[in-house]
Amino acid sequence: MRRPITLYGLTFSLPLLVWQILFFVFPLLFLVALSFWTVKNFTMRPDFDTVNWTTMYGRAVFWQAYGTTFALATAASVLTSTLAFPCAYAIAFKLSDSARRWAVFLMVIPFFTSYLVRVYSWQIFLSDNGIINVILGWIGLGPFPLLNTVGATMIGYLTLSFPLVVLLQLFSLVFIERTLIEAAHNLRCGRLRTVFAVVIPSARVGLVIAALFCFILSFGDFVSPVYLGGGEPTTLSILITDTTKSGQQWPRAAVIALTMIGTLMLVAFAAVKFAYKGKTR
Amino acid sequence: MSRIDTAATGLTRRSLLATGAAVLATPMLSRRAFAQATELTMLAWYGHAEPDIVAEFEAENNVKFVPKYYTGGDNMLGLISQSPPGTFDVILSDAEYVQALNEAGYVEELDPNDYALADYFPEFQNFPGNWADGKLFSMVTRFGFLGVAYNTDALTEAEAANYNVFWDPRLTGKVGHFDWHLPNLGQMSLLNGNANPYDIDEAAWQAVKDKTMSLRPQIGGFFDYGGTFSSLNDGQMLAFCGIGDWITGVLEKSGAKVRSVIPEQGGLQWSECFSIGKDSAKADLAKKWIQYITSAKGQAKSAQMAAYPALVPNQKGWEVLNAENPDEAKRQGMTKEAGNVIDMIRAGRIKYRQWPVQQSLEDWNDFWSEYKGS
Repeated sequence: MRRPITLYGLTFSLPLLVWQILFFVFPLLFLVALSFWTVKNFTMRPDFDTVNWTTMYGRAVFWQAYGTTFALATAASVLTSTLAFPCAYAIAFKLSDSARRWAVFLMVIPFFTSYLVRVYSWQIFLSDNGIINVILGWIGLGPFPLLNTVGATMIGYLTLSFPLVVLLQLFSLVFIERTLIEAAHNLRCGRLRTVFAVVIPSARVGLVIAALFCFILSFGDFVSPVYLGGGEPTTLSILITDTTKSGQQWPRAAVIALTMIGTLMLVAFAAVKFAYKGKTR
Repeated sequence: MSRIDTAATGLTRRSLLATGAAVLATPMLSRRAFAQATELTMLAWYGHAEPDIVAEFEAENNVKFVPKYYTGGDNMLGLISQSPPGTFDVILSDAEYVQALNEAGYVEELDPNDYALADYFPEFQNFPGNWADGKLFSMVTRFGFLGVAYNTDALTEAEAANYNVFWDPRLTGKVGHFDWHLPNLGQMSLLNGNANPYDIDEAAWQAVKDKTMSLRPQIGGFFDYGGTFSSLNDGQMLAFCGIGDWITGVLEKSGAKVRSVIPEQGGLQWSECFSIGKDSAKADLAKKWIQYITSAKGQAKSAQMAAYPALVPNQKGWEVLNAENPDEAKRQGMTKEAGNVIDMIRAGRIKYRQWPVQQSLEDWNDFWSEYKGS
């Protein structure tokens, strides 16, 4: 049942609303307006011209970057979710209460250090003369090209989102009704089957939201594709910097940014719809 | 209880008030002590307002530089156009952007008599871009060459002294690009034999594009400033297109096995110029700074800048550098010996990096994006 809006309720929600309007809606509207501006001799002029949209959407490199970025972010979500699940599962069901608190603490620690610093330190591991190749060299293998590859970009995405995905998955797993699992066991359901038939469906909302966060973070990430992927393949974030780097083409960069925002909104909408499918409040 | 506490700590109301007043007054006192230091804003590439360059000038003139660093000329123009006039007192700009600064009215006219232009090498006294309609708008303060940067373990200097080395099968996946179209495509244009690498017709432009595309399988990555440093330093990239001593010089000084060479097809020249920002309230002080950094003493400092070394156009600056740090003067080729950097310019081996003349900047940039994405 919907309650009428009260002044008391507004005092708490109003600051958030004002904040959102000031720092999200207003800049977004400005971005939309900016995408119709024109640039002459390095100077942006307020205008209403669709030239930026037609130019960007008419370029093969844009769609190439779009496809690449979408595929990379999707792969990162699947990979991160798959790797994170056993970890979150073990923390939720196998650890004691105090061990679980430690595990959560350990998952928070990576956020103490800047993501950029963490990504740079991966270079020390992955370069041709890096730690991994040196160790492989001891047993007569390699050196393998690890840095400046798609695999390295993926490691960067994992660095960015793995701890967060584990935490989000964990919070949905710990709230699963334990009696459901016991019931499954009583009905002679095996361990693995219990995971797929009971645990995952029960924690679906959290698992999907975790994967969605991974997608959002990876889709817009600039650091990993540049510093671990060596700038190739070109992702949309790289294309934005390229576009602004020559001739002050911020309006065209706005077109790319708006396309990214639109895509993320569609993906988020679809994911949330899927997560809550068949659920009633 | 409180009486006992007061006695135990020796804290009376009077002493508390006195201490409190002293504590509150301290910032005022220290503020007074530094009150005379004038702030001078500088818009520049990283390094130009660091202590190794500005400390002496700051102490002598009781000035404190407030730097705003940018990466790339477009970034600089963006920062100026978004700030009110008078925001920046001193502006450092790459030569090809000075004209844009001037046309947009972002810089003040300079009086040539204020500066030691007579001490400059003749090639730099009427430096293109510094002058417009016989009026001076900026002073070139340092420059450098772009050629082939290479790992000295992987290549000899003779091997690296040709742009074709980028296609060497030993370097597959080991050639890096500094991620900016202008120096890279300029070098490809030089390789194609264009006497004026940036002033080329459509056929020559197509040839440059084709030549560049043929290099794509060799490329291991496209790097920004930081990425270029680390990938050369750890040997991830063995050769680099689009850079020169401004990056390898820093690495070489710290012991990395990298160098730059000007190949037989010639090299490009970048040049940095100082201007006074339009409507600067401290134009006199800004002028004083440009006088300092273009003087013999300032030039020797500039040549050895910790952030990135450079060549200097003031002949007397060379003399000071040779007296202070002969090794660095020799390393950079700023000695009186034949084959020094001025001789290279006079022999026609060096071309200015500039904006494309017959194509738009956009054409070059669009091609660069396509090249990267291919």
